[in-house]
Amino acid sequence: MFHNNHGTRRSTAAARSSASGGLEGGGVGSPAASSASDGSSFRPSASTFWLLLHGLCCLISLFLGFRFSRLIFVLLFSNTIYTYTTTTTTTITSTRTETLTVSFPLTHTPPIETAVKPNNSAIELSDKMSNQGSSHSQVVVGRHGIRIRPWPHPDPTEVMRAHRIIERVQQEQRKWYGVKSPRPLIVITPTYARTFQALHLTGLIHCLRNVPYPVTWIVVEAGGVTNETASLLARSRVQFLHIPFHEKMPVEWAERHLTENRMRLHGLRVIRERNMDGIVLFADDSNVHSLDLFDEIQKVQWMGSVSVGILAHSGGPDRTLLTEDEKLNPPIPVQGPACNSSGHLIGWHTFNSIPYSEKSATFVGESATVLPGKMEWSGFVFNARMIWKEAEEGRPEWVKDLDKIGENGEEIESPLALVNDASFVEPLGDCGKKVMLWWMRVEARADSKFPPGWIIDPPLEIVVPSKRTPWQETDDLAGSKLEQDDRRFTRPKSRSSSKRKNTLPGQDN
Amino acid sequence: MDKATWVLLLCFCSFLIGNLRAQEIEQSERAERISGAAGDVLEDNPVGRLKVYVYEIPSKYNTKRVKKDPRCLTHMFAAEVFMHRFLLKSPVRTKNPEEADWFFVPVYTTCDLTPNGLPLPFKSPRMMRSAIQLVASKWPYWNRTEGADHFFVTPHDFGACFHYQEEKAIERGILPLLQRATLVQTFGQRNHVCLKEGSITIPPYAPPQKIWAHIIPPETPRSIFVYFRGLFYDVGNDPEGGYYARGARASVWENFKDNPLFDISTEHPATYYEDMQRAVFCLCPLGWAPWSPRLVEAVVFGCIPVIIADDIVLPFADAIPWEEIGVFVAEEDVPKLDTILTSIPTEVILRKQRLLANPTMKQAMLFPQPANPGDAFHQILNGLARKLPHDRSVYLKADQKVLNWTAGPVGDLKPW
Repeated sequence: MFHNNHGTRRSTAAARSSASGGLEGGGVGSPAASSASDGSSFRPSASTFWLLLHGLCCLISLFLGFRFSRLIFVLLFSNTIYTYTTTTTTTITSTRTETLTVSFPLTHTPPIETAVKPNNSAIELSDKMSNQGSSHSQVVVGRHGIRIRPWPHPDPTEVMRAHRIIERVQQEQRKWYGVKSPRPLIVITPTYARTFQALHLTGLIHCLRNVPYPVTWIVVEAGGVTNETASLLARSRVQFLHIPFHEKMPVEWAERHLTENRMRLHGLRVIRERNMDGIVLFADDSNVHSLDLFDEIQKVQWMGSVSVGILAHSGGPDRTLLTEDEKLNPPIPVQGPACNSSGHLIGWHTFNSIPYSEKSATFVGESATVLPGKMEWSGFVFNARMIWKEAEEGRPEWVKDLDKIGENGEEIESPLALVNDASFVEPLGDCGKKVMLWWMRVEARADSKFPPGWIIDPPLEIVVPSKRTPWQETDDLAGSKLEQDDRRFTRPKSRSSSKRKNTLPGQDN
Repeated sequence: MDKATWVLLLCFCSFLIGNLRAQEIEQSERAERISGAAGDVLEDNPVGRLKVYVYEIPSKYNTKRVKKDPRCLTHMFAAEVFMHRFLLKSPVRTKNPEEADWFFVPVYTTCDLTPNGLPLPFKSPRMMRSAIQLVASKWPYWNRTEGADHFFVTPHDFGACFHYQEEKAIERGILPLLQRATLVQTFGQRNHVCLKEGSITIPPYAPPQKIWAHIIPPETPRSIFVYFRGLFYDVGNDPEGGYYARGARASVWENFKDNPLFDISTEHPATYYEDMQRAVFCLCPLGWAPWSPRLVEAVVFGCIPVIIADDIVLPFADAIPWEEIGVFVAEEDVPKLDTILTSIPTEVILRKQRLLANPTMKQAMLFPQPANPGDAFHQILNGLARKLPHDRSVYLKADQKVLNWTAGPVGDLKPW
């Protein structure tokens, strides 16, 4: 009766609460025990049968790699205990109530354990057994199961809800701690349709979308309104004004800077006509802005200046030759206000373009360094009321009237031409120490082509002759041609004919 | 007769309405940013409401222990030391024991530290017993009430049960000699042996200087949804999981380790305090004991505490409306934590943040030196004041004896 004693010992150990892995131990006596609880009533020849069964179970466990006795337990006792992993066992005490649920120590987590529907007989049973008369929410000491839900991964709806909560919290934070009465922004951007326009404008659009203040975007386009720009703006979800400008954008950089200046003045005149209110900011489409900039410029009273990082790149492999002491104190490529120790504006930092003067680019798309102007417009912001015809508070005397500027045909190099006295300009961004935007000019050649609207229609066809066709090549000439041209491009307009044209000579049509 | 009743009724109604209006005005005035009373009781001034007599017992019970190991001044159990120092200089202290309402026995039971800094509670019962014996023999006030008007600060894991393991602590129970005294402790759990009725729960000590050194500008946007740093499995003591934190921390890890909304890990970053200030919710799950300094840190940094500890009693629960400030999640609901937190309405979240922004709230959680009005020291005194006047039955007759001086395990009876 060895196996029976063994069996009963095991089964009682299993059925009663055990604090730790009491069910551990080698061998698979339990299934034999549990399923053989009434084994004792069998004929004596059953002992060999049970021995054989024992051996069989051992082999199966070996094969499976885990003891499936627990599986059997669960199947046998499933409706009484188990849809819920939690088990509580106590090892004590006089004041506590004991619980009798079977413990399932989680040495590894077989999939059954992760069920979690918290209702039905499991809880009632455990409640009944565990809480004799004490309150329903009695907490017990001892080993508990680790509750894991069946699919422990994030739910996209909940993630979206959390993001909305975060957005609302941040809005509230801005309300309490941020800029007290934020003014709307008016952003002026000169642009024109070219290959890199989509690249630059997309970046700028995304930046403006993230600005937490109301934005009105004035896009001045050289050469009149085009579909390219219009389609980009229509999808932008930013409030914009698309203003045509009668001149075309020239190819030379020097001319281009001047045209851009005229375009910006044109934008300013639009503001003046419509009496738009807010803070005027010049955002060139190829510049890169940081969101801190938009918070900082809310501080401007009349006219302010920020530092602009100049990213003058060199398209070619030549490097600028720095002198020895330039190598020790490398010039900082920043344009912006310079202050004395008490924080007053005393001058301007400009970009040192002397090292590049010989090798600067003259026309757009040339692979050489593109130099900025003396003072970039993007580094200046001002109150829109400054250019109104008649503002209520009155324009400060140190500001010139917009109509008088440019009327003699002179070129406006920088916004400092708008003021009589540059010392009234407010230095922003910790007196210019913080760089929050970067000036950059990256353009393709003026004659480079791009698919209109960046939509490839009709789709391209590519004929790639296979080197190892299952059919025979007709002659050697065809084979050598193959090695020379691996891939051909068909032009969409004459599809069938060009396809025929571009098939290998020598092949039958 | 009718007229009189009508007049009375009118007066009563107007009184009620007047009261309500006053409260409303008070609330809207108190906060531009905050609204809702975070307990008017928090702003009570205890001076004048009670008198405390501080026993002067040999320094081996208090100052010598701190001198021997100055870490007792910075760990999370340091409240006992600072409470003593505060009382010595406080206006509520009286040198005349006859007029005292409360008596304080300054014994630092959590100051016996291992090299790692964890307090060993094995000698604490003997130390406490020895201190009480001294007090009972030298002064008559203990025997007068058998300690019912005395209070002790026992900030250890399970309070006056003096053990770090919950099962052993429950076995020992509260020290029998402290049966009638008021205990000021950090541990609080309903229906637990180690929390006796009438105890005052306090927050664990968090060093105020260190906290204030890490404040970041409040306009920094809160971009972390849920934040937690700490252990999920205590590999040293409970490698399989299931004992530590009743499996709740392990459950948090297993369910949310790949969830981008949950910034949880076991790392110890240098920017821990700064990160908390950038989070909307901070998890405060139980560990080996239900309380932790995380609650204090969350409140001070304005992060809504998510308390995962069944039946926990939070600090100053009778003065602070924790339900309105924090989120309580049952341990069995941990797998649904993300659903629970994302389905809280935004207005509720904003209100909780406003309540947390209340400086009274933050002050009440800290033990600054020197003391500031409204801080945790004052809240403890307020709590003691609220228990006054003592019930007549507290004063025992000449031959009445309630305490059993020989109860408890034999080891406790040895002299310290």
